[in-house]
Amino acid sequence: MNTADQYLKAIYLIQEQENGPAATGRLADALDVSPASANEMIGKLEGRGLADHEKYKGVSLTDEGIVRAREALRNYCIIERFLVEVLEVEEFRVEARQLESVIDDNVADRLDTIIDRESECPDCFDPEADVCTLLEAEYPLADSEAAD
Amino acid sequence: MSVTRQIRSDHQLARLLQIGMVLEEVVEARAAKHVQELDDEALDDEVRALLEHAAEESADHRRRLEALVAELDAESVPFDQIEALVEAQYGQTKPEDFDGVLYDQLYNEETAYKFYDDVIDAIEASEARFSIDRGRLVETLASIREEEADGVKEVTDLMEAR
Repeated sequence: MNTADQYLKAIYLIQEQENGPAATGRLADALDVSPASANEMIGKLEGRGLADHEKYKGVSLTDEGIVRAREALRNYCIIERFLVEVLEVEEFRVEARQLESVIDDNVADRLDTIIDRESECPDCFDPEADVCTLLEAEYPLADSEAAD
Repeated sequence: MSVTRQIRSDHQLARLLQIGMVLEEVVEARAAKHVQELDDEALDDEVRALLEHAAEESADHRRRLEALVAELDAESVPFDQIEALVEAQYGQTKPEDFDGVLYDQLYNEETAYKFYDDVIDAIEASEARFSIDRGRLVETLASIREEEADGVKEVTDLMEAR
């Protein structure tokens, strides 16, 4: 997933939680980047017709941006489920975040051919927990992980 | 969440190599499945040879990745595990016809090529010290990447010739 897709996914999830535009500061926090970097990428996304930025309100995705963000989110769900089902990784939440920048759409599609994913994906994704709710039900967060 | 593309540890590197192994195993298992599923009329000698060569090459790549994973003191992903998963999901993901098989093969080769390219970039951008020689690691991955590029050309040539 390239950097632009990671931004689109993060904006989408914040919009879902806020039910409105994503504030630049919150987006920067979510991605662990500086506000200046976030602003630069928002400008690029605007230029590509994927997002609209309104001063003092924040950034909203266009219809095309939403489609792209949902694809990125679907890829993220695939990475999480692949880590659990195939590689049996217990800390799949942490590792999915580490891997997402190197796993593009095509790799995710190939991994998708060997996992058992539900059709409601990516609507199954819980933005607050940063995990697929179906996966969360099967593999609840251990207390020790939650405390980290 | 982080937007960096760096690899910070042996563990992360091993995980990426394991994913590379899985991609190779998927190619190997799917190519074998295509040969098994398509009848002889649909599968001429040229395409059969292409799929068999792809499966052999993937098996070789898998073994080279497996050696690197072992050096990082991590577990390999057994081929029979991935073969069983491909078998279980094949009904929902199989190409519909002969053209679909060639597209599937092209997609496999292109996906693998781009994956190794991204992993090499991530290794080169990383300042981490790995317990495996970085030069040999990149050389191995670059050599596999070039064979994937040749694979893309082979499939494309065959598609254009038909």
